[in-house]
Amino acid sequence: MTTNDLAPIIEVKNVVKSYGGVRALDDVSMTLRPGNVHCLAGENGCGKSTLIKIISGVEQPDSGEIFIQGKLQGRLTPLGAILAGIQVIYQDFSLFPNLTVAENITITSQVANRASFFSPKKSKIDAQKIVKELGLNLDMDAKVESLSVSSKQLTAICRALVNDAKVIVMDEPTTALTHTEVGYLFDVVKRLRERGVALVFVSHKLEEALQVSQDVTILRNGQHIISGLAKDFDRESLTMHITGRQVNESREITAPIMTVQPLLKVLNLTLGGAFEDVSFTVHRGEILGITGLLGSGRTEIAEALFGVSPARSGTIEVDGRPVSIRSIQDSQKVGIGYLPEDRLTQGLFQDKSVGDNLIAASLDNHRNKWGFLISNSVARTIQEMFTRLRIKAPSSLVPVRSLSGGNAQRVVLGKLLANHPRVLILNGPTVGVDVGSKEQILSLLRDEANNGMGIIVISDDSPELVAVCNRVLIVRQGKIVDELSGSNVSVSRIQDLTTA
Amino acid sequence: MRNSIKLPFGSWSRLRGHNNEGILALVLFALVGTISYLNPVFFSFSTLFSTMRGSIVPLIFALGVLIVIISGGIDVSFAAIAIFSAYTTVKFLNDGAIDPGLLGITLIAVLFGLVLGFFNGLVISLFKLPTLIVTLGTQSLFKGILLAYIGSRYIANPPLSLDEVAKTNLVTIIGEDGRGAYLHVLVIPAIVLALLIAWMLKRTMFGRAVYAIGGDSEAARRAGFPVVRVQIFVYGLAGALAAIAGVMHVTLGRNANPQDLVGNELDVIAAVVLGGASVFGGRGSVLGTTLGVLIIQVINNSLILAGVPTAWQRAAVGILLIVGVGIQALSAKRKTHSRSTSSIASKVLED
Repeated sequence: MTTNDLAPIIEVKNVVKSYGGVRALDDVSMTLRPGNVHCLAGENGCGKSTLIKIISGVEQPDSGEIFIQGKLQGRLTPLGAILAGIQVIYQDFSLFPNLTVAENITITSQVANRASFFSPKKSKIDAQKIVKELGLNLDMDAKVESLSVSSKQLTAICRALVNDAKVIVMDEPTTALTHTEVGYLFDVVKRLRERGVALVFVSHKLEEALQVSQDVTILRNGQHIISGLAKDFDRESLTMHITGRQVNESREITAPIMTVQPLLKVLNLTLGGAFEDVSFTVHRGEILGITGLLGSGRTEIAEALFGVSPARSGTIEVDGRPVSIRSIQDSQKVGIGYLPEDRLTQGLFQDKSVGDNLIAASLDNHRNKWGFLISNSVARTIQEMFTRLRIKAPSSLVPVRSLSGGNAQRVVLGKLLANHPRVLILNGPTVGVDVGSKEQILSLLRDEANNGMGIIVISDDSPELVAVCNRVLIVRQGKIVDELSGSNVSVSRIQDLTTA
Repeated sequence: MRNSIKLPFGSWSRLRGHNNEGILALVLFALVGTISYLNPVFFSFSTLFSTMRGSIVPLIFALGVLIVIISGGIDVSFAAIAIFSAYTTVKFLNDGAIDPGLLGITLIAVLFGLVLGFFNGLVISLFKLPTLIVTLGTQSLFKGILLAYIGSRYIANPPLSLDEVAKTNLVTIIGEDGRGAYLHVLVIPAIVLALLIAWMLKRTMFGRAVYAIGGDSEAARRAGFPVVRVQIFVYGLAGALAAIAGVMHVTLGRNANPQDLVGNELDVIAAVVLGGASVFGGRGSVLGTTLGVLIIQVINNSLILAGVPTAWQRAAVGILLIVGVGIQALSAKRKTHSRSTSSIASKVLED
C-alpha cells in the first residue's frame, strides 16, 4: 500500500519560529499525505509542540510556508485550521469532564459552525453516527469524568471526526494506555487511514511509533534532522537521530548488598478492594520493579507504603525493625521517599531557582530550634545535590524553567534525595520522558542504588524495567502473581505475565 | 436478572437528578413537615406565600450567581451592583420627577447593572485576575461611588408606579379567621427569569460555553470557544440580573436605602452552593438553585417563628454553606473511590 504518490494534504516548508531569542524551529519541513501516519519524534523541547501549534494555527511562524491541499495559507487561525479539517488530540485530550460523551463529541463542530442553539437530542444522534462508523462502543450519556482513559481518548478521536478531520495530530496518545488498549487504538488508526485521514503521531515510545507509522520526521533542538519512510528506520537509528549520540538501553545491574535483615521487608500487606497478601523484600543497593496493568493495585501498594492510604493489615519492617505506617509523616520518619506518577514532569516550581526547588521538600531538616532556616545547612545541601546529580546549569540560582527536560527531572529527584530516604519508591519515573533523558534518569537510579539505597520502580514500561531492575514483581488483581529475577527479566516475559 | 438489579438504581439516580435536586426536594419537604409538626401555625397559605415573596429577590440574585459559579468564578459584588443600579435609577427619576413605570425603571437599572457587570468581566478576563478578589474590590468600589457621588440618603417615596406594583397581589386568600394570605405579583417575573435562564443554560451555545469554560477553560479555548467574550458576558448578565433584583427589592420594600442588601451576599451564595452548583465550576442547575433558595427562606422564616435571634440565623446560613460544600467534596471523593474499585472489578470481570 503506497500512498506516497497521492497529493499531500499539508505541506510545511522551511518554517522558522523564535520565542524571544530562542529558535524553537529552524527551517523545518514536513509533508502529510492522506492515509499515512507520520511519526514526529524528538526529545522534550525539540520543537515538536511548536510545530503542532503552527499546523493547528495556535502559533504563527516567523517565516516559511504552509500549504493546505496545495493552497498557500496566509495567516492560519485556530478556527481556520479546524475549518480546514485539522484536529489536534492533545495529550490531556482537552475534553470537558462535566459534559456528556455526546456533548463532548459534537460541541466543537457546533462552535465551528457558529451555532447559537444547542439540542441535546440532535447532538446525541450526530455523535452516535460517528461512534457507529468507527465501530466503537461508548455510552453517549455518561459524563466524561466517569470514563476510563481509553474511552476518553476514543471520545476525543470521535470529536475530531465529527469535525470532518482530514488531518489528526495525536500527541502522546499511548502514554496512559495499557497494552490491550494500545492495540485497540491502532485498530482505530487503521480505520482512520482507510478513510484517507492523514495522521501525525507524536510519541516517546519508539517501537509503537515505528509499528504504526509510514513516514518519519525527526527534530532535534529545533533543527530538522531527517525525514524518510518508517521502514528505513529501526529503534537504534531512530534513537541515534533523536539524541545525536549513542544511547545505551541495555540491561545493566549490580548485585545488591545481601544482609541478614533486608532493608525493607513487607509481609502479607492487605487493603480490601486494592491489594491483598502482598509480601516482598528489598535489599540495600537493589532495584525492585513492580509492574501490572492500570488498576491492578500496583499504585495502591506504593501508596500504602508511603502512608497515603495505609494498609489494613500486614507488617512492614525497615532494617529488621517493625514499623507502623499510618500517615505520610510515619513513612518519611522511617526513610521512605515516594515520587507519585507524572511528578517528574510536573512537580517543580518553574519560576523558582534550582536551589529553591532542591530544598523545597526538606526544609524541616534545616530548622533551628526557633523555627528559622539555617542558611549554611541549606546551602550545603543544595551544593551537594547539585553536584551529586550532575545537574547541567550555570549555577543553582537559575530558574528551573531555563533547564532542559532531563535536567529538570534531576531536580525533582534531587528534591526527594535531599530528604535522605533509604527506600525510594518511584511511580512511572519516565512516563512522558524522551529517550535521552530516560537513559540519564535510569543511570542516576543505578548510582543511587550503588550508594546503598533500596529502590522500587513501578512502571509499565517493560524495557525500562529490564534495563535497571534486579527483580520484577508482577501484580494482577491486587496480588503478586509472579517474580522474575536474573535472566528471566525480559521484555517478552514481563508483557506475557502482566496481560495473562 | 440484570434488569431487576438495575431498575431500583435507575429510578434512584433519576430521583436524585444530575445535581442532587431530588435530595434537595426531599430535604425541603422534610423541613416543612418537621416545622409544621412542631408548630402547626407554620403550615398555611400565609407562610407559603410569604416564603415565595421572600424568595423573589434572592432567587433573581441566585440566578446571576449561578451562571458565574458554573463558569468557574464567584461574584460577591452583586448586592452592591443591585443597590447601586436601583438607588441611582430611583434617585434620578425622583429628581427629575419622571415615572416611566416598573418596566421602564427596570430597564434603566439593567443598563447600570450591565455596565458595572461588564466592568467586573473586563477586569477579570483581560487581566486574568482571581474573581473573588476582583468582585470584593468592585463591591467596595461600587458602594463607595454610590454613597460618595450619588447619594447616601434614604428615599422614602420611590416613583408612584412602583408603589402601585407593591400593592398588587396575584392571589388573595382570606381565611376563616379573617386573616389574609397574599401572593405577590412579582413572583411572576422571578419565575419567568428562572425559566429563561434554565433554557439559556441548557439549550443555547452560550449556555454550553459557560459549562465548558467552567469544566476546563483551556479545553474551551482550544475548542474554539470565545472564552474572554463569554466571561465578560457572564459578568454582564450577572450585573443585569442583580439590577433587576435591586428594583424588585426597592419595589417590595417601598423605599430605596443605599445601605441595603450589601452584607447579605452569603444567603444567596449559600443557596446556590446548597443547590448543587460546584464551587469549582462546571456544575449547577436552575432547579437546584431554586430549591436552595427556598430551603434557606424556609429555615430563616421558621427560625423567626421559633423566636430565634437574627444573629443565629446568620450562623444557620453559614452552617448550611459549609454543609453544601461538604456534601460536594464528599461525593467527589466517593466518586473517585468507586471509580478505582470499579476499575479493579471490571478487570476481574474481564478475566
